[in-house]
Amino acid sequence: MQFLSYLINGISLGSVYALIALGYTMVYGIAKMLNFAHGDVIMIGSYVVFFAFGSFGLNPVLSIVLSMVVCTILGVAIERVAYRPLREAPSLAVLITAIGMSYLLQQVAQLMWTSNAKSFPSVVANSSIFKPVSLFDGQLTISAETIVTILACVVIMVLLLYFINCTSAGHAMQAVSEDRGAAQLMGVNVNATISLTFAIGSALAAVAGALLCSSYPSLQPTTGAMPGIKAFVAAVFGGIGSIPGAFLGGILLGVIENLSKAYISTQLSDAIVFLVLIVVLLVKPTGLLGKKVNVKV
Amino acid sequence: MGEMLAVKGINVYYGSIHAIRDVSFHVDEGEIVTLIGANGAGKTTTMHAISGLLKPKSGEIVYCGQTISRMEAHKIIRLGLAQVPEGRRVFSGLTVQQNLQMGAYTRRDGKDAIQADFDMVYDLLPRLKERRSQAAGTLSGGEQQMLAIGRALMCRPKMLLLDEPSMGLSPLLVKEIFKIIRDVNRNGVTVLLVEQNAKMALEIANRAYVLETGTIKMEGEATELANNIEVRKAYLGAQ
Repeated sequence: MQFLSYLINGISLGSVYALIALGYTMVYGIAKMLNFAHGDVIMIGSYVVFFAFGSFGLNPVLSIVLSMVVCTILGVAIERVAYRPLREAPSLAVLITAIGMSYLLQQVAQLMWTSNAKSFPSVVANSSIFKPVSLFDGQLTISAETIVTILACVVIMVLLLYFINCTSAGHAMQAVSEDRGAAQLMGVNVNATISLTFAIGSALAAVAGALLCSSYPSLQPTTGAMPGIKAFVAAVFGGIGSIPGAFLGGILLGVIENLSKAYISTQLSDAIVFLVLIVVLLVKPTGLLGKKVNVKV
Repeated sequence: MGEMLAVKGINVYYGSIHAIRDVSFHVDEGEIVTLIGANGAGKTTTMHAISGLLKPKSGEIVYCGQTISRMEAHKIIRLGLAQVPEGRRVFSGLTVQQNLQMGAYTRRDGKDAIQADFDMVYDLLPRLKERRSQAAGTLSGGEQQMLAIGRALMCRPKMLLLDEPSMGLSPLLVKEIFKIIRDVNRNGVTVLLVEQNAKMALEIANRAYVLETGTIKMEGEATELANNIEVRKAYLGAQ
């Protein structure tokens, strides 16, 4: 029974990683860059929810929607200001810019909101729809946060797969991801597609932030850093560039992390997560669902 | 028949490499014009400059009376100037049908009109119809070339740029592809064809230009050039 409880909590944590990993993997697939500022967009989004819902008592759903809007604007603005001028630059320059952007966001957050941890109010705590579920005569309790997190992740995944595979804009994204030049020859505006990708990724980051902080209620300017890195690991684990891969990688990572916390060691759980990544990359360098890409010269 | 495309003294660079020097040529409406030359002569560079994937440093490209040399690639296609790129570059993860749909990406004239062009393309290239729900990456080279042509036709182009459509194909397939190009042209699409296979290209073209190390070395009627002793030696394997 305990195992089941650890497993479900792991899936919930993994769902958050999956949502964040989607942002990494989509941006990598379309823009061929690693946006290391992605984790800090989550942090900003969480602060928006904290103030809107926690301080001003706005409806939780509206607070998350507001946070999604702010993060979307932020994500698109970051791309426009910091990454677009480097479109033709070497990838190392873009990578360093992304790391710099990550620190910039953290420092700005620290200046505005200090580094003191704020206690984040759960967005589902007083919900009338989602209640904790008690199973097996109370031996297993699943919190409302866990249920909402897993549900949100599944719904978003289904919507995203529909968007990518069944809409014209989704096909354009796949085309840009596969061959930017050929997509342009079809009339696809590559810059607009990249902006759209950042918009979607950042909106998902806002959702992930609110869910993460509801389960782990401590918010400070560095809150986004560790989940960001782990989601990046999840994206690589699942095969970077692959959307189902990000989903699978995220869930597996969350489960591995939670089970190793429960049965091996709380201190070592992060190390175990990264160890698993190293082993997977040694055995299958493209990740679990990654495709081998033949680079043509 | 008026001038459709005019390339006026363009210079194109790849970084510090001067790939194209003062290249000028023109294509009239309804024609098939071919640009022949060896590997590295600058044929693909010229094509990319026209379709907007590369920007010329100087000179001008005029299409249907409009200067397009400063326009972005995704806007140029909206003027009805489509390119079938070298190496086909079909979207291997999408199905045949989805690839064709991508070709119609810029169209806003309704489902019926697009469906009519699906029928037209499947009629012209029946092999694609059999494989419509197959991923493009699983097609043979010849089928991928047909798909690349079909995809370009889906935007209803007035002019088609074809870059090395015969590359890597068996002689029988090359014949088939060239027959398709001729059919497309008969349906009213102006064609600019870049080829290493000079023999086939000169057979179907009205006029031709010879490109050598980034400059135009010769030009004339296709039949004339096919009989020219220098061309025959350099490109048609005559002794």
